[in-house]
Parts: sequence; structure tokens; C-alpha cells
Amino acid sequence: MKLQLIGVNHNSAPVEVRERLAIPEWRLAEACRQLAEHPGVEEGMILSTCNRVELIAHLKNGSGDLRAFLRDYFQLDLNQFERHLYEYREQDAIRHVFRVAASLDSMVLGEPQILGQVKEAYATARAVGAVRAQLDQLLTRAFAVAKRVRTETAVGSSAVSVASVAVELAKKIFGNLKGKQVYLVGAGKMSELAARHLLAHGCTSIFVANRTYDRAAYLAEKFDGQAIHFEELYETCDRGDIVITSTGAPHAIFRPEHGELFLSRRKNRPMFFIDIAVPRDVDPEMNKLDGIFVYDIDDLQQAVSAHVADRKKEADRAEAIINSEVERFQARIQTLDVVPTIVSLQDHLETIRQAEIDRVRGRLGPLTPDQEMAVDALTRGIVNKIMHTPIRTLKTAAREPEAITLIDQVRRLFNLQQEEGERERKSAASKSGGGSGARG
Amino acid sequence: MPLLWLRVALGFYGVGLLYALVALSRSSDLLSRIAVPATSLGMVFHFVSLSEAVLLSGQLTLASVHNSESLLAFMIMAFFMIVYLVYRTTSPGMVVFPSVFLLTFVAATGQQPFLSMSPGLRTGWLFAHIALIFTGYAALFLSFGASLLYLVQESSLKSKNPGRIFSRLPALEVIDEIGYRSLLLGFPFMTLGLIAGSVVAQAKFGRVDFLDPKVFLSLLMWVVYLIMVYTRWNAGWRGRRAAYLATGAFVAAVVAWAANYVSTIHRFAAS
Repeated sequence: MKLQLIGVNHNSAPVEVRERLAIPEWRLAEACRQLAEHPGVEEGMILSTCNRVELIAHLKNGSGDLRAFLRDYFQLDLNQFERHLYEYREQDAIRHVFRVAASLDSMVLGEPQILGQVKEAYATARAVGAVRAQLDQLLTRAFAVAKRVRTETAVGSSAVSVASVAVELAKKIFGNLKGKQVYLVGAGKMSELAARHLLAHGCTSIFVANRTYDRAAYLAEKFDGQAIHFEELYETCDRGDIVITSTGAPHAIFRPEHGELFLSRRKNRPMFFIDIAVPRDVDPEMNKLDGIFVYDIDDLQQAVSAHVADRKKEADRAEAIINSEVERFQARIQTLDVVPTIVSLQDHLETIRQAEIDRVRGRLGPLTPDQEMAVDALTRGIVNKIMHTPIRTLKTAAREPEAITLIDQVRRLFNLQQEEGERERKSAASKSGGGSGARG
Repeated sequence: MPLLWLRVALGFYGVGLLYALVALSRSSDLLSRIAVPATSLGMVFHFVSLSEAVLLSGQLTLASVHNSESLLAFMIMAFFMIVYLVYRTTSPGMVVFPSVFLLTFVAATGQQPFLSMSPGLRTGWLFAHIALIFTGYAALFLSFGASLLYLVQESSLKSKNPGRIFSRLPALEVIDEIGYRSLLLGFPFMTLGLIAGSVVAQAKFGRVDFLDPKVFLSLLMWVVYLIMVYTRWNAGWRGRRAAYLATGAFVAAVVAWAANYVSTIHRFAAS
């Protein structure tokens, strides 16, 4: 396999560079086709997201130049971009593809979108025929590796933003968020974001209380909720299962006595206060009440950083998985390379054996079934014994760089050239046939 | 033979016990995967053991103390399985498995001969009494277990540093619901069981002696149970207060159970 990958990502290039190289979705198919037709490129695929642009290609005899494609496609002076570009070949390219798909190369480690984006890019390139046997094999494996990383490590399982931590905690308290009500006190940007997250996870209705009623009304309308006059705050607040506070009040506006009032009105059903105001809106003493849970911005942030640390730890395990998968994948593609030779060697010897048996049969006349069997077993035994070592040597050599020379020598020794060529065409045909079957 | 099956069942419950002990320190995928199948198998053997005991003794009553412990363990397991089927959580097992194991262990280590009950008892009523009361006990026990889990989950949420150990516990409201539903479900059983018991007593002694420790403690337990259901229903008591009440009811139940050893009218056959 002659693999080459070049690209830019959020680490190597600032956004000005990335947007210059980004390829919009509607032009992606055409770009893939052009890449596949680029001189020296056998198969190609382009991954273009907001954090990265990458070209992956399987080259004919390692002769292609992906930089030239970039230059031609974008008509730009590559010298300006050279320092932002990274390039990987062979094993490193395989590893990079695996890491990207498994979200180990993402800005937010373990974020789940990237796998979907890679899958889309793959589907696009495949639809225009830019991805065939070799890259297909690589990408299919990459998806399997990503899945393995996801199930065997916790790299993508913990929430790493304040809003998602809030949702996670709400779920720990209420289980299913369906039908839960969100009450916003103060209508800031951040509480809006948290509310949006909660609604996306099943919370049904929303109340907004704000000192300026207009702002409350505006936000309530945005969420299809209900605006509340600030004076009615204490009478209505118990309707919220999840209360998000973000007012600019200098003192706590919720004190334990309010909490007790809410609890008795709610028949002690739990309440979750998310206090993102500084100074805090909720008296920390409230957290001591049975059934009231108060998290302030520091608590949430602390949970976020704990999760981030967890993810880093898990990422190490994920890297180990990737390493072993890269090795496995490489061993597999290389073993595949020697298989045609082994098969044609076996075919070749089998033809000789059959020919010899026929010749002997012609000389000896008809044989009894017993004799027939004995002759067959004898010749087969000899062939197998002779073949045993060469085949084993070929298989072990498959993992070494010397495989090519060895394959060459075996072919010459047994005069396999022609058959080999035939077989290659055949196997290529059956592979692409199998590929299109899998596509349907 | 019943004893043999019971011991086989005990072995399977041991897996559950192991799960509960391990779950305290870390989560083991393997154990949580096999805990339910293993304990279900245990229940099958347990059931065989119970039915054989009934067949062998030729009576519907299970009055030997060891049999009653075995029956109680079985009922608790049955309740656990119902909760598992509804909520898909094995967390109550952290309380249930050790207790079931202990009860079964006690029942499996020795067996007294079956003594026949005094003739003339209304066996139908007696059987109803035992079955109903035990269902009530099992429900009460599960509710007790759920309130313990509730406390654990609540304090882990309040500490703002939810540890890994308990990250697998179900959500607070789900635990609450499990506890509340078991409580509600158990109450009618307990009530009817006591009624059936007093019918039996009436038939045997002509009256119910309220000063007998067994009768007195059973009533006490029932009253605590009633208070619990009422406060839950009326004021939505949960968390710490509910756990205290559940503990109270549980202790009352255990004491009422223990009263079998001192009561003059309600004794296990072999004690």
C-alpha cells in the first residue's frame, strides 16, 4: 500500500488558513473525483471539517504528489502554507486516519461528531468512485477501530462543557428529563445555552423571570415558554424542577427559607438549582436541605475539569488500542500481498502433480481404487512437504520489507509471472465486485 | 433433597453476593453481566427446594423456621427480579444479594424436622397468612434497600464530587420510585396477611390476645408501615426522613419476626 496523507488541522494552522483550504460540501464530490484523477493517484478521499482539511490518497507506485493537487485545486502559492501542512505516509498515515476517526486528534478530545464527518467524507468519495479497494479497506477498519475505542475506553463518555455537565447532573437526579420544567431566573446568554441543552434532552416547558420583563418575554417567546414578572418569583419558582439562576443581584436571592417553602409546595419532590451567577444567587446553605441540590459555577467547572482529566487518562488507553490496531492492519494488508503468490505456487505444483499422475496412469493401465488412493496420497504428501517451508517463509516474510524481493524470487524460480498477473487481475475484479455488493 | 437444592441455590446467590461486594469498590462488567443470570438460576433451584419441602412434609404450611427464612429470601429475590425487569437496574442487588445470601445460608446450614401443626387449623387461611405476610416483608425489605441507595446517591450528589463507585446507580428519582412502589405494593399484602393471621388465631384461640408480643409487635410494625405510606403519599417524604421511617419499619418487622421465639401462640414449629 502506498498511502499518503497531507492536511491542516486546528493545531497546525490558524482558522484563516483552514478556511482558505476548506472545501464546501457541495463541491466535495467533484473535488474527490479530481483528486482521484490527479496524476499518480489511484484512490483519494478528502475530509473537510471546520477543524481540519485532509487529503488521503493511495498512490500508484508512490509517485503522486498531493501538494501539487492542493496547488492546482486552490490555485495558491503553497510556500505560504507549507509550514502549516503535515504529511504522513504508510504506517503513520494509517495511524493518523485511525486517530482522527476515534476522535483522538480532535480539539475536544473524544467529541463524537468527527466519526460521522469521516463517514460522510468516505461515502461522498466512494459514491464518485474515488475510494475503492485499498482506501475502502483502510476506512472500514478505521470505523471499526473508532467503535472499539468508544466501547473499550471512556474517552467520549463524560461531559466536558458546563452545559453538558448540567444536563448530566439533572439526569442523575431526575432520571428521564421528559416532562421536567426549567425555570430561568435572569436571562443571560449562558443560562440560555444551558436551557437549550436541557430542552434538547427532553425537558418540556420553560419559565423565564427577569428584572426587565421585556427581556424575559423575548426569551420566553424564543423557547415557546412563559415569561414571569420578577415580583412573582417566589410564588412561582416551585414549578421549576431545574432552576437556572444568573441575575446580577449583589446578594443571594434564594435562601434556605425559600427552599423550605418550595419543598413543601412541591411535596418534597427534588429541585436542582444551577447557579451560574457571580456573586452567587443561591445561598450555599440551601444545598443542605433534603431534596435540594445546588451547583454553582465553580462546582460545574470542577466537574468539567475532572472529566477532562478523565478523558486524557482514557486517551492513553485509546492510543494503545490504536497502536495495536495499526500493527494488525498493516500485517493484514501485507499478508494479503503474499497470498496471490502462495496460491499460484500451490496451483502450479498441483498442475504438475496431476499431470504426472495422469502420465503414470497411462503407463500402468487402470488402477484399483486402493492403488489410486495410495498414489494420490503419496504424491500429495511429497508436494505438501516440499511446499511447507517456502510457504511458511513467505508468510513470515510478509511482515518484513524484504517481502517484495522474496515474492519476486519465488515467481522467477517457479516461473509464475504470467499466472500471477492473471490472478492479480482476477482478484482485483472480485474485490471491486465485492465492494459494490457491500455498498448496496 | 430440598436441602441439596437449597445449597445449590446458595451457590448461585453467592455470585450475587460477590457482585454486591465488588460493586462497593469498583464496577466489574463481568460480574454485573452474570449476576442476574446466576441469581435467576439460584431462584429456580430455590423454588425446587421450596416445593419439594412442601411436598415432602405434605402440608402447605412452612412453619419450620428455616423454611420460613428460605421462603423470605425467595420472595425478596422475586421482588428484586420484578424491579429488575421494570427498571433494568441491578443496583438494589447491592443490598438485596447479601441479605438473600445470608437468609439462604442460615436456612441451608441445618434443617429441623417438619413438625405438623396442631390439627384443626384452617390450613387455607394459614397458608394465605404466610404467603401474604412474606410478600409484605419482601416489599418492605426492598423499600428499605432502596432508601439506603437513595441516601448514598443523594450524598454523592450533594458532595458535588460524584465518585466513580456510585456512578452506576440509577437516578435519584428512579430509586425513589422503586422504593415508593414497593412500599405501596407491599402494604395491602401486609394488611391482608395480618387479617388472615387474626382469622387463624380466632379459629384457634377464640380471640386475639393483643398483649402477646407477637401480636403486639406485628401491629406496631403495621402502624409504622401505615405512617410510612401516609407520609410518602401526603407529604412526599423521601430522602433522609423516608429512610429513617423505612429503617423503623424494617426494625419493627425484624422484631416482630424475632417475637416468634417468645410468643406463646405463634411459634415456629421447630424453635
